[in-house]
Amino acid sequence: MVVDTGGGPNVMIGSINGRGGRGGRPSRYSAFDLLRRGLLGSSWPRAWRVHDQRDSYDVVIVGGGVHGLATAYYLARNHGIHNVAVLDKGYLGSGGSGRNTAILRSNYLTPEGVRFYDRSLELYRHLAADLNFNVMFSRRGHLTLAHNDSSLRTMRWRAEVNKLGGVDSEVIDPGEIAKLVPYLDTSAATRYPILGALYHPPGGIIRHDAVVWGYARAADALGVHLHQQTEVTGIDVDAGRVRGVRTSRGPIFAPVVVNCTAGWSSIVSDMAGVATPVQTFPLQAAVTEPVRPFLHAVVVSGTLHVYVSQTDRGELVFGASVDPFTSYSMRGSLEFVEGLATHILELMPALSKMRLLRQWSGLCDMTPDYSPIMGTTPVEGFYLDVGWGTYGFKAGPVSGEAMAEAIATQATPEIIASFGLGRFARGELVGEKGAAAVGH
Amino acid sequence: MIQLPCPWCGLRNVVEFRYVGESRPRPDPATTTPEQWREHLYIRANPRGQVLESWYHSAGCRRYLRLQRDTVSNQARPVEGAE
Repeated sequence: MVVDTGGGPNVMIGSINGRGGRGGRPSRYSAFDLLRRGLLGSSWPRAWRVHDQRDSYDVVIVGGGVHGLATAYYLARNHGIHNVAVLDKGYLGSGGSGRNTAILRSNYLTPEGVRFYDRSLELYRHLAADLNFNVMFSRRGHLTLAHNDSSLRTMRWRAEVNKLGGVDSEVIDPGEIAKLVPYLDTSAATRYPILGALYHPPGGIIRHDAVVWGYARAADALGVHLHQQTEVTGIDVDAGRVRGVRTSRGPIFAPVVVNCTAGWSSIVSDMAGVATPVQTFPLQAAVTEPVRPFLHAVVVSGTLHVYVSQTDRGELVFGASVDPFTSYSMRGSLEFVEGLATHILELMPALSKMRLLRQWSGLCDMTPDYSPIMGTTPVEGFYLDVGWGTYGFKAGPVSGEAMAEAIATQATPEIIASFGLGRFARGELVGEKGAAAVGH
Repeated sequence: MIQLPCPWCGLRNVVEFRYVGESRPRPDPATTTPEQWREHLYIRANPRGQVLESWYHSAGCRRYLRLQRDTVSNQARPVEGAE
């Protein structure tokens, strides 16, 4: 039995209280709920419902990752727009949202970037309470190592811009780094000795899948329809405005269509006739066996093109730079693991006996300036939330909030004003390469 | 490891090459507007499938070469021209 509330005015905005059980709105998670269900042996209700696909919605969001789901949630919660559908060709979070290395930070280089990512971090801080879902945000401290003078200069630049934006970042020396990360080789005997680091205490890690599921559950409770295994095969544009989409499960009329498909975004943008500067590169990652906790902070090295963190379960998660050529393949490669191992052992020689359990990759929609593309396009009603490259997961909440505002008010919010598609034609790029990725 | 067919050296590992990018016609800098030039600089087709592109064989013959590659399977074949 499926209860279709239709997202009408009797849905409580901001609350997900309701009945549990078959087909009703999910019950509120709590310690009491956990105890009760555990003792009674009763099964848990579905986290979100399965609806029939309607033939029209007010807003269709293409892409069911953190960006698409957050946009749907904030449309419903902040603006009372509930007649929304999120479509994903696979399962929710099957793209970048399920493949990233789950690091949160706001220590960016430009004032626009700092303001933007810090708003996201602020939303992440109380996300578990807002969504009534444990997203496991663990504030660990984030270190970006500098191995040469120009790198150290960039760290000082970032620290100053961060401080002006009210973000806690400072440059620390090798002695202080060694105290924070005992296993790091901070001696002068390495090929690229560590000269200092940008230390950002508010940074940390999170359970990326939980963020996707939390937003999905909360959006569903507010009446949003989530349609998995539904591929958009075309976008109907008439006289310069969007009319709707064609999907593998039938057509949908919609005056607003939002592209939240990251690595696949060029395919969807092409359907609407919108050209973008996006290029899709694979980004690989790998994880080791779980060991006892020894690494508290997140450690990043731009020079060595590698970063590492330890999950709450004890596994080390490694990331590096994107593959050096475009591809839509999500397979890992041996040359990646070889390069990664070489660089991480430069940093932490003690890891040499650790066993790598698996590697994978996701698709990154890279832009020329390593900043996203958000807002309107020359096609009326067609919005972009793309160009997220290797820095998209941390921006999920602020992007959803801003895109929802852009759609609901039909005006571009100040916080994303510099990220419009038109900046490339005007030559007004927002250069964040140094702070966004560990690229070559 | 993906291998690419260099027209002079034969099939070699991808790490021997540097990726240059999609082959696109270059407008005449003397007659284009800044907007048209930026479109050439930044806009990309980014296809999921066949793409015409150029590479540089940095660890081999050190020549520019053109390939037609499938961006999903990464199968590639040489194509006439350098870029």
